[in-house]
Amino acid sequence: MSGAATHLSAHAARDETSKRIIAGYGFWIFLLSDIIMFSAFFASYAVLSGATAGGPAGRDLFDLGNVAIETGCLLLSSFSCGIASVGARMRNALVFYAGMGVTFLLGAAFLVLEVHEFAGLVARGDGPSRSAFLSSFFTLVGCHGIHVTLGLLWLLTMMAQVFAKGFRSDIQRRILCFSLFWHTLDIVWVALFSVVYLIGVAP
Amino acid sequence: MSKTHAGTAPGDPPSGTPEAEEGLRGYLIGLGLAILLTATSFFIATTSLVWTPSIPIAIFVIAVAQMGVHLVFFLHITTGEDNVNNIMALAFGILIVMLLIVGSLWIMSHLDHNMMPVSRIMQMQR
Repeated sequence: MSGAATHLSAHAARDETSKRIIAGYGFWIFLLSDIIMFSAFFASYAVLSGATAGGPAGRDLFDLGNVAIETGCLLLSSFSCGIASVGARMRNALVFYAGMGVTFLLGAAFLVLEVHEFAGLVARGDGPSRSAFLSSFFTLVGCHGIHVTLGLLWLLTMMAQVFAKGFRSDIQRRILCFSLFWHTLDIVWVALFSVVYLIGVAP
Repeated sequence: MSKTHAGTAPGDPPSGTPEAEEGLRGYLIGLGLAILLTATSFFIATTSLVWTPSIPIAIFVIAVAQMGVHLVFFLHITTGEDNVNNIMALAFGILIVMLLIVGSLWIMSHLDHNMMPVSRIMQMQR
């Protein structure tokens, strides 16, 4: 940790660095296992995407304009999350809070759009019980939505912890893990909008 | 961050980069590339200019490219020598993901192919 850790001895500084590497690496392993869980949902969606039971298929249901806005929200939120982690590394509270705040607003906008889409589908009778295709669709997309919801709660927790405790090294490690989590959600969404929405609508 | 031994936490920029400007530049490049790839993907999905059967493959390839952009510019999983552990974990993750998805599709398509048509099963039960 540059600058601010001058009171630490060289040994303690090395200790903090290796703790940060271990925490980040462990969380990276967790994220990869999370991705493997998502890949199981992707596999079941791919197998069941044709099983519409006489009901609507993807091209009858999906609104690409909505998906484009959702994608824009998540992409920009990944960028602002990056700004927040730069702010955390610089120990600049203003940059950190601004980045995290923008990330929260964009993530919340994404969730509102997704819940709106789900509510519309269910209201038209195309809920998860309509066909195997829709069951797997709601499981896959809903699982990502739950992850985003948990991410937003974690985001607020990190803002509160920085407010209460400052940029301590343990808080810094949590911020590192949060930003990894958020960027990984964006990667899952890339697979999701490509496989589910774009290929589902493509002729 | 002082580098005293090999290794970088995933999400941290490669060792030796100046903090603020370099970090910001990486995220900006990543955002630019990601927007470009996303826009291309949405364009291909809705256009009639492209040969239709190639569309899913094109979307798939662009998605893989965009995931690579996110990994390098947002998660800072690079091929640098201080990143070997992160890359090995990622490689193993990709292996499992491939086995799961390709294996499921392969097995299920064979099952589907070999299964008796449902109408015939219904007749046999009468």
